[in-house]
Amino acid sequence: MNKPLRRVSVFCLILVAALMLRANWVQVVKADDYANNGNNRRAAYEKYSHPRGDFLVEGKPITSSVKTDNRQYEYLRKYEFGPMYAPITGYISPYVGSNLLEKLDDDILSGKDSRLFVRKVLDTVTNKGTRGGNVALTINAKAQEAAFNGLDGKTGAAVAIDPDTGKVLAMVSTPSYDPNVLAQNDRNAAAKAYDGLTLDTDKTRKTPDTNFDPKKPMDNRAIRYTYAPGSTFKLVTAAAALSSGQFKPDTVPNVPLQGGKLFYPNSNQFLPDSHGECAGATLQAALEMSCNTVFASVGQQLSQEKVKAQADAFGFNNFGKGANQNPLDIPSRVAPSVFPTGLDQGQLMRSSIGQDSVASTPMQMAMVVAGIVNNGKVMKPYLVDELRAQNLSVLEKTQPEVASQAVTPEVAQMLQDMMKGVVENGTGKAAKIPGVTVGGKTGTAQRGVKNSEPPYAWFVSYAKGADGKKVAVAVVVEDSDAERNEVSGSSLAAPIAKAMMEAVVKK
Amino acid sequence: MSNTTITPQAAPNRRNTELMMLGFAVLVPMLAYANVGLAGDGSLPVGSLVKYGLGLGVFAGLAHLLVRKFAPYADPLLLPLATFLNGMGLMFINRLDLDIIQGVGLPNNVKGTAAAGSQLMYSAIGVALFAVVVVALRDHRLLQRYTYTFMALALVLLVSPIPFPGDTYGAKIWIRLGPFSIQPGEFTKIVITIFFAGYLMAKRDALALASRKVMGLYFPRGRDMGPIIVVWLLSILILVFERDLGTSLLFFGVFVVMLYVATERTSWLLFGVVMAVAGAVVVGTLEPHVHDRVAAWMDPMDAYTNPAPGKSQQLAQALFGYGTGGLLGTGLNQGHPTEIGFAARSDFILTTVGEELGLAGMMAIFMVYALLIERGLRTALAARDPFGKLLAAGLSIALALQVFIVAGGVTGLIPLTGMTMPFLAQGGSSVITNWALVAILIRISDTARRPAPPAGAFDPSEGVAPRRGSHASGRSATPAAGSTPPPPSSTPADGSASPEALTVAGGVPSAPGGPPSSGGSPTPPRPFVPPPNPGGGTPYGPPGQSGPGGQHP
Repeated sequence: MNKPLRRVSVFCLILVAALMLRANWVQVVKADDYANNGNNRRAAYEKYSHPRGDFLVEGKPITSSVKTDNRQYEYLRKYEFGPMYAPITGYISPYVGSNLLEKLDDDILSGKDSRLFVRKVLDTVTNKGTRGGNVALTINAKAQEAAFNGLDGKTGAAVAIDPDTGKVLAMVSTPSYDPNVLAQNDRNAAAKAYDGLTLDTDKTRKTPDTNFDPKKPMDNRAIRYTYAPGSTFKLVTAAAALSSGQFKPDTVPNVPLQGGKLFYPNSNQFLPDSHGECAGATLQAALEMSCNTVFASVGQQLSQEKVKAQADAFGFNNFGKGANQNPLDIPSRVAPSVFPTGLDQGQLMRSSIGQDSVASTPMQMAMVVAGIVNNGKVMKPYLVDELRAQNLSVLEKTQPEVASQAVTPEVAQMLQDMMKGVVENGTGKAAKIPGVTVGGKTGTAQRGVKNSEPPYAWFVSYAKGADGKKVAVAVVVEDSDAERNEVSGSSLAAPIAKAMMEAVVKK
Repeated sequence: MSNTTITPQAAPNRRNTELMMLGFAVLVPMLAYANVGLAGDGSLPVGSLVKYGLGLGVFAGLAHLLVRKFAPYADPLLLPLATFLNGMGLMFINRLDLDIIQGVGLPNNVKGTAAAGSQLMYSAIGVALFAVVVVALRDHRLLQRYTYTFMALALVLLVSPIPFPGDTYGAKIWIRLGPFSIQPGEFTKIVITIFFAGYLMAKRDALALASRKVMGLYFPRGRDMGPIIVVWLLSILILVFERDLGTSLLFFGVFVVMLYVATERTSWLLFGVVMAVAGAVVVGTLEPHVHDRVAAWMDPMDAYTNPAPGKSQQLAQALFGYGTGGLLGTGLNQGHPTEIGFAARSDFILTTVGEELGLAGMMAIFMVYALLIERGLRTALAARDPFGKLLAAGLSIALALQVFIVAGGVTGLIPLTGMTMPFLAQGGSSVITNWALVAILIRISDTARRPAPPAGAFDPSEGVAPRRGSHASGRSATPAAGSTPPPPSSTPADGSASPEALTVAGGVPSAPGGPPSSGGSPTPPRPFVPPPNPGGGTPYGPPGQSGPGGQHP
């Protein structure tokens, strides 16, 4: 019986050898395939197995990582300022995903980035425990706080930009949400909170999503919503007028009034003015009093192409490349602002005063002002100043980038002066800051069919401090507790812009 | 070939080797426990180190003392290997408990209950059964007397799960009694092997000799095909009614290999393979549950790409675990093996090894199993009586096939079946059975390796240690004597006696010449030397005694 026994022994050896070969196959040859399979949640666990890097504002972290008793997701994100920075950082949660910078800079924050590799290995070897790299934001903490407090209780957005560099100094969208509720350890609570914050438009849903906040607090109004810019767009029309050489600030534009009213072509409808006496006003005075009739006529005289070209130069239509090209990423995607083509004369008149189909993000209007302040150069806005390693050494610093030369320095200077006049003599008095050069423009954009909904209150402005500090601001308030007839850029939006500018230029 | 071997006068019984190896077998799992604790909360898990360290140490110590006393010549590695695997199993279950009691990775985070404690209890029962076998089963040939009783018992155990509901994936391998569930297939493994050994002992001549030669192969007569067809049908029935591919394959495989060993006829293997393939293909095609298993094996990721209720993601999750583990693994307590769910502790425990200890750990565990199987097969080679040979071979092959079927299943080499990794996986029935299995192997190896009485001395009960003759002396000490149905003396060929086998088994170069003298021979390095033929005529005398056997090809 021994001969077959020995053969059986060989057979058993083959069985074990087959198992060993198979183990080599699955653990070496196919290991990466399996490890990186999308359904393998271990990669996600790995991401949460060590503290995530933080967002820094002026060198101080505004986020932290909290060790939990969860064995899968050991470290969860904590947002120290709750809703204030949510439109900038976004959120990250093992259960409901991530968005904005948390998503875009995930490689750095989670430590996956190859530039963090050496440090990671060192940390592992020295048993210090690794962590992710950090993202230093361009945000000015006081400006952000001022904007957030100013918009508290309102629906709207505010953006502040450093005109010289394009650094985003403040970016607020209200109502905001507390990203901590999404980042919490309790899976069901996080999922429930997410459901309550968002509207699920998935067509395969059996029943429509009824559990959502109608104000959509997770929408980023500062960069994703486009509003009719209203009278703030008159800055663009004025820029086009001055650039054309046909107008100077003291030019009195020809306004074809009939019985004191500007009628639309071939129509008995007329375009009203809301402030002061606009007949015979200079361009400067028309901007100060926000004369619809003057700027509608100027736009008409300039032609649609020239107004659109000027808008594109400031960044509308993705700097003129169209809605689907050359997107503006700061690095979060900014929705393209729109100045349309193919307008009839009436539409052109309304578009020249920022109504009709013209739509702009608050970020875009801030860019218009920033371009004017920066001698006509529009800098590409950006939120991330530096990517830093675990030990805060700088890995990458964002370099300011000129996006376009929107107007000549001379025209820019004229526009600055005109805006200054708006604050000193016109509709923007509410933004006046003693000892600081401030220029601005109000806007009260009508919306809804037959102007049925409360208008958008806009205020765009710049401030130049004594020590050379500059800031460009755009604020829009969609909705507030104010009575309809009290809604105006100067009353609702200007104080917020003022507080933001003060935060930047005042010591 | 010479039929001469060297007889050790004072053969080293290797008990101290066993003790030392047992030290490792206890120490390594304890270090692993410490590792689990340190990787978890950074502190030594004093409680579990004491509990499981003491538990395992006490089991190993008791088992060792019993072996020292009652089976002094037993193979020195069987007990340490089993202890090591049991210890690592307890460690892994304890580690998985940490996740499972928190509901980590389980559906809806439903918290499970710890299992390491009960596994320790079952291990205790297993070691107790080990002790009973080592102490009470003086002579393994006692089992041969109850060949047909074991057959009846095996049949009862086999059909017993049928009335009970199956598991989630359709396999009916459980008897559920309130909080307890028993896997009778595990017990059947030993019972049916004993039956096969006894049955083949009696029938192997007929099965081996009465055959026709066709194309160089000996083909059995039609009527001799009966037993293999019966076992085949039984396996098919298991497959159909219990949907348990593993048990089916195990029993049929064990039978075919034992048949081959008993008859030395390769044709049986051929028949076996053809019948197994035919049965597997037909049932695999027609029986939906088995078919699902095969489909899941063909494309493990299908559960994700085409999700449907009833499709299991277990195999895909297991593969993810191996892939994540890679060469060296994540480290104990630093992987996520419970992604597989509760099965991580039982059928899929090997996945935890692969994920947390990596390929290195997998290879080590496979080596330990390979060694355990090898020691069993060595025992079979060294055994002097055909029943012991067949039984040891059958048990070793059962172990080998089970390891292959389970490990092959959870690594995606073959379709997945519900069985446990011997000693490693959670499961009371399994650990108890495997301790009994090792006990029987130890018993057989003790008998096989026991130095022969001085040449010429007449020892009718060579399987029984002389010093135990004090209470069971002489011929009467052999319980099998006279009571076993077919006297093996009727067997003309006893393969175990073939001289070249002895040399191989002993690993000692055989010196030409007659039987060595009882004294003066140097002690061989390996103790696997069967005694010389003392001559005799006792039914259970040492092998090779009946002359013709030695010349059998």
